[in-house]
Amino acid sequence: MEEQLNKQFKPLNKIAIPKLQKLKKIGYDVNAKDKIYAFLFLGPSLLILSIFVFYPMLRTLYLSFFLTNTLGKPTVFVGFNNYVNLLTSSTYLNSLKATITYVIAVSMLTLVLGILLAQAASKKIAGINFFRTIFSGTMGVSVSVAAIFWLFIFNPSVGLLDQVTTFLHLPTINWLTQPGWAMLAVIISTVWMNLGFTFLIFFGALQSVPKFLYEAAEIEGASKSYQFFHITFPMISPTIFFISIITLIESFKSFGLIDLMTAGGPDNATNLMVYRIYQDAFLSGNYGSASTQSVILAIIISLFTLMQFKLLEKKVTY
Amino acid sequence: MSIELKNIAKTYDNNSWILKGINTRIKTGEFFAIVGPSGCGKSTLLRMIAGLIPISSGDLQIDNHSVTNLPPCDRNLTMVFQDYALFPFLDVEANVGFGLKARKMDVVKIEERVANALALVDLTAVKKRKPRELSGGQRQRVALARAIASDAKICLMDEPLSNLDAQLRGKMRSEIRELQQRLGLTLIYVTHDQIEAMTMADRIMVLNEQQVQQVGSPAEIYQYPANSFVATFFGTPRMNLLKAHCTQIHNHSLVIDPQLSFPTPFDLPAGDYFIGIRPQSFTIVAQISKANATIKNIEYLGTEFIVYVELDNGAKIRIAAAKQSSLSLNERILVKTPEDFLIFDHAGRAISSMKGTQKNGRTTKQAVQTAQ
Repeated sequence: MEEQLNKQFKPLNKIAIPKLQKLKKIGYDVNAKDKIYAFLFLGPSLLILSIFVFYPMLRTLYLSFFLTNTLGKPTVFVGFNNYVNLLTSSTYLNSLKATITYVIAVSMLTLVLGILLAQAASKKIAGINFFRTIFSGTMGVSVSVAAIFWLFIFNPSVGLLDQVTTFLHLPTINWLTQPGWAMLAVIISTVWMNLGFTFLIFFGALQSVPKFLYEAAEIEGASKSYQFFHITFPMISPTIFFISIITLIESFKSFGLIDLMTAGGPDNATNLMVYRIYQDAFLSGNYGSASTQSVILAIIISLFTLMQFKLLEKKVTY
Repeated sequence: MSIELKNIAKTYDNNSWILKGINTRIKTGEFFAIVGPSGCGKSTLLRMIAGLIPISSGDLQIDNHSVTNLPPCDRNLTMVFQDYALFPFLDVEANVGFGLKARKMDVVKIEERVANALALVDLTAVKKRKPRELSGGQRQRVALARAIASDAKICLMDEPLSNLDAQLRGKMRSEIRELQQRLGLTLIYVTHDQIEAMTMADRIMVLNEQQVQQVGSPAEIYQYPANSFVATFFGTPRMNLLKAHCTQIHNHSLVIDPQLSFPTPFDLPAGDYFIGIRPQSFTIVAQISKANATIKNIEYLGTEFIVYVELDNGAKIRIAAAKQSSLSLNERILVKTPEDFLIFDHAGRAISSMKGTQKNGRTTKQAVQTAQ
């Protein structure tokens, strides 16, 4: 059998070998043609990525070692001075702290509420489709609309929440002008904005858990809560992992709601890292320092994501 | 443990019935198969027994206690699903022990039971593997082990072998049967495969069109089918049904053609009848002069031939022949009246049974009773 096969393939070898030799003789790299094709295919996306991603990245890294003029032109090379100044500045460290508080609170709340809403919407109740639409509704709401909506709710004199506190004979809360409350307010608004997408993804994940797993558990006598923690939870763990990474990165990058609701105030309480970068670069013209902050932010996000991967990766593969 | 179904019915809209008037008693330690074509409601019935879906009307009793309104876990039964219902994130051991752990049983006891169950199905060697690292047959056995570990005396199985290839299915059939005998389980087994039902079950319930068609042992069902549906559902190749029309008031034979007439056990009133003949009952004679049929196709199955024959009146029949290598396509043949046949009325109800009917004319019911 093998001999037969060899016989069949011999002619092919005989044809292929002289060709190779010939090509090598005239100094032509056989792979060159392939390489040209490869670059032709990669070219367009490579070009676009270079202009809009790679160049800005490298330029940011470059600028982070310089002082700049207000136009963003580097003037004095300062080495790691920008980094040292930032990491010893109390306002920057405060911003870092606020950001991490915000990010952790937003990610946690989004995850938990998203799962709870999806779980609730998975029940077979009359009119559940209406709620499914409502729950995923924030996906279609723009940041500016959401900001106005929440500004009305948080308004200390006519807002909905004020009416509630008045009704309960509680003191008026200046939601957006008291540091602690302002942070809470932006966290609530961001979670609300995130929920539509998170709900939809979790809802899909819950639907894809095979029904007979629950039936088997039901017959075996597992309680509903046992079923949730020992079937639902592990079954949707890949989705939880995915959503937690997306939300984490997204909340590090939060900008729109902060800008429209508190503009980083009061007293820098909600001046998150991205918002501070925007202020330093585009309002104060400190491109050097802003670049440094961007680099630090990128490093922090990478570290968090890496940590998540290390922590959760093992638990979600089955 | 015995199970009694009393007038069980299922409807989702109070209007159309999925199942109606299901009555039967399943004895302790019995292998009871529920068989029928897809969509006949057999899985629905099993799920109602399991308690996964509510019973619309009627009463379900286990050991003479009504369990109609009890949740599944209080019915003291276990179930093996078609897709095995294994938890992909747990290893074999944890899958088998899942229910015991959920019921907060003592850890040492769980280990012991799981080990026993795994040993019974010969899976001890792979107990640390995840379901995706197992073959189809092994997954099936994990599901069986879980049922065994639960220690319930009633086991429900919903088409447990339909995801396996033919060879493995044959092997698992005898394994399940053996386990059932060894553990003394009362087993209710749902399948669409008549061969599975015939080979495994002590008794079979045939379902079709929302209703029970017949309940009986495999032999009763094969030899004395209650109607033409049951008759054609069991047996491969399928039973032939020949339509016969009688115009006279009293008929003592049903005539298909001059060579093919079937004596009736008693005089039949005028009307339409169906004669049911198993393909194995026919005999073919290659005789040109009296020929009444033509061979249209021949299939070779190894042990036998299936000969597709068209009678001169246009009716098509299947004949199973052991040694017919001399036959050829389009050959004219004589199909002779077989000794064994059944007669059904226009609605398909059996009028006479296959064996010995020509002599004493027992009805199916009587025949079944005497057979018992």
